[in-house]
Amino acid sequence: MNLRIIQAMIRKEFAQFFRDPANIRMLIVMPVVQLLLLPLAADYEVKRVRVCIVDFDHSQLSHELTGKISANPHIHVGCTAQSFEQALQGMERDEIDIALLIPAHFERDLVMNQNPVLSASVHAVNGQRASVGSQYLMQILADFNRKIRMQWLQLPKFNPVPLVDISHTYLYNPRMDYPSYMVPGILVILLTMVGFSLASLNLVREKEIGTIEQINVSPVRKSEFILGKLIPFWILGLVVLTLGLLIASVFYGIYPRGSVGTIYAFASLYLLAILGLALLLSAFAQTQQQVMLVSYFVMLVFILLSGLYTSVESMPPWAQMTTHLNPVAHFIVVIRMVVLKGSSFRDILPHVGAMAAMAGILLPLAIRSYRKHF
Amino acid sequence: MKGIPVIRANELTRKFGAFVAVDRISFEVHPGELFGFLGANGAGKTTAMRMLSGLIRPTSGTASVLGYDVYRQSEAIKRSIGYMSQRFSLYEDLTIMENIRFYGGIYGLDSRLLAHRADEMLRQLDLELQRDQLVRSLPTGWRQKLAFAVAILHRPRLVFLDEPTGGVDPIVRREFWEWILNYVALGNTVFATTHYMDEAEYCSRLSVMVDGRLAAIGSPSELRRQYGVHDMEELFLNLATSSFT
Repeated sequence: MNLRIIQAMIRKEFAQFFRDPANIRMLIVMPVVQLLLLPLAADYEVKRVRVCIVDFDHSQLSHELTGKISANPHIHVGCTAQSFEQALQGMERDEIDIALLIPAHFERDLVMNQNPVLSASVHAVNGQRASVGSQYLMQILADFNRKIRMQWLQLPKFNPVPLVDISHTYLYNPRMDYPSYMVPGILVILLTMVGFSLASLNLVREKEIGTIEQINVSPVRKSEFILGKLIPFWILGLVVLTLGLLIASVFYGIYPRGSVGTIYAFASLYLLAILGLALLLSAFAQTQQQVMLVSYFVMLVFILLSGLYTSVESMPPWAQMTTHLNPVAHFIVVIRMVVLKGSSFRDILPHVGAMAAMAGILLPLAIRSYRKHF
Repeated sequence: MKGIPVIRANELTRKFGAFVAVDRISFEVHPGELFGFLGANGAGKTTAMRMLSGLIRPTSGTASVLGYDVYRQSEAIKRSIGYMSQRFSLYEDLTIMENIRFYGGIYGLDSRLLAHRADEMLRQLDLELQRDQLVRSLPTGWRQKLAFAVAILHRPRLVFLDEPTGGVDPIVRREFWEWILNYVALGNTVFATTHYMDEAEYCSRLSVMVDGRLAAIGSPSELRRQYGVHDMEELFLNLATSSFT
């Protein structure tokens, strides 16, 4: 391998990259916009569940229950309907999430210990909202139940219901805030997209323009060519990572608990695998459109199965298996471990091994697949 | 006087599916020759040249270039030749100097030698003041001259030129061929394709390709005598039309 050749290729790539202001803008604007906007949008906390209470009882207790529900910060009592039909119409119009029906004689039945039944109808088009929303409501009702017992019912000598309460402590992300969880993950996606698209488009563009023929007829070896194409984007990938980590600390106050060096070490390996894949795919594409389409498909599958938005544990077993082969999934796990949990390099060793194996397969494959003659 | 042939092709053939692009051509090119490859568009000139420079594999037949086998030693061939492709081969978004540095670099020239040759070359091309200008901004004729200069930056003994003067005005074309003749005069060999028949007169020997086959080969004067024609245009028209009968 001739270092002078690789050096000439790297210099040329950088000269071309920085010649085009659009590239520089993309390198800076993309991380900033993605990291500032996406974490805000990708927020799974269900706030403001809109509840409509249909009260047929109009008793002191039903008012008390209504008041208690309205007082919950996550719930917004949007309307009080006169009939259940009216509440359902509101749901049709997407104005409410849950319709809670308080039956007539609610208070009387409760006091007479006749187990009145409240019925809640939940708008379940958005499953997440439906389940979290009804959980909030259940909690309020359970609490309400307990208080009623205390107030109205004579307590037995000993409490027949064992009062075991679970108190939660959220380790690693004590305030359960979404940015701490999402920002590192989005940073991974960013790094992946920038690296992948820059490298694959670059190689295929040379095919389109025809300059690649001039390289193919030169003594540049396949390995020198692939390294000459890979190293510039490897460096740019690490620049994006640096920019992303800066944004995470300045705007979100997220400082990795573990060492930044561990993140860079893993990212370096990760970029080798991702760029290897990008260059492998571009060996088979003839036009930028082709490679864009294929990259889009690959990226989408990688990202959706990466555990960024949905937890890997809740995937079906076959999908969980695929995450072992998904570089994005590995990096997302690793960056969350290091940033939130403060994991050390030793803790992430299994992932390092997997990534090294991927890079070790994809890079030689990219070199082999690149054709200097036809 | 002729020495060992620089190029020796024997029954060289390339098929693309059922289409025979190059059909059993045999010829030799000797050191110090300016060898012309004439033919209409699609006659197989470029395919033949790409086989000889190691860019595509022949389907059958044999060929050696500078003593290297085109099947097994294509990378050794690439180290020793210069090549200027039909499509514009310089990077338009790089400056003249950046292009020179890149191509010099991938042929392994060290920076001192490269700087020396770049200076010499830019002086000859009269482009010293434009060295930091983007190639995009140069007129076509200059770009082609620059592309040729870059193709011989590593001083190859054999240079392949694929229609080097396409889209260039007659004055620059003449300058261009003088340049090529100068390079040949240094003892190098040049193999050039063209479909401008007047350019054939610059060649020491030439061959005419028609539909993938070699229809004629010889020096311009030999060919004129042999076919009883006044110029290459007439020869070419005779050969090309006779192929239809």
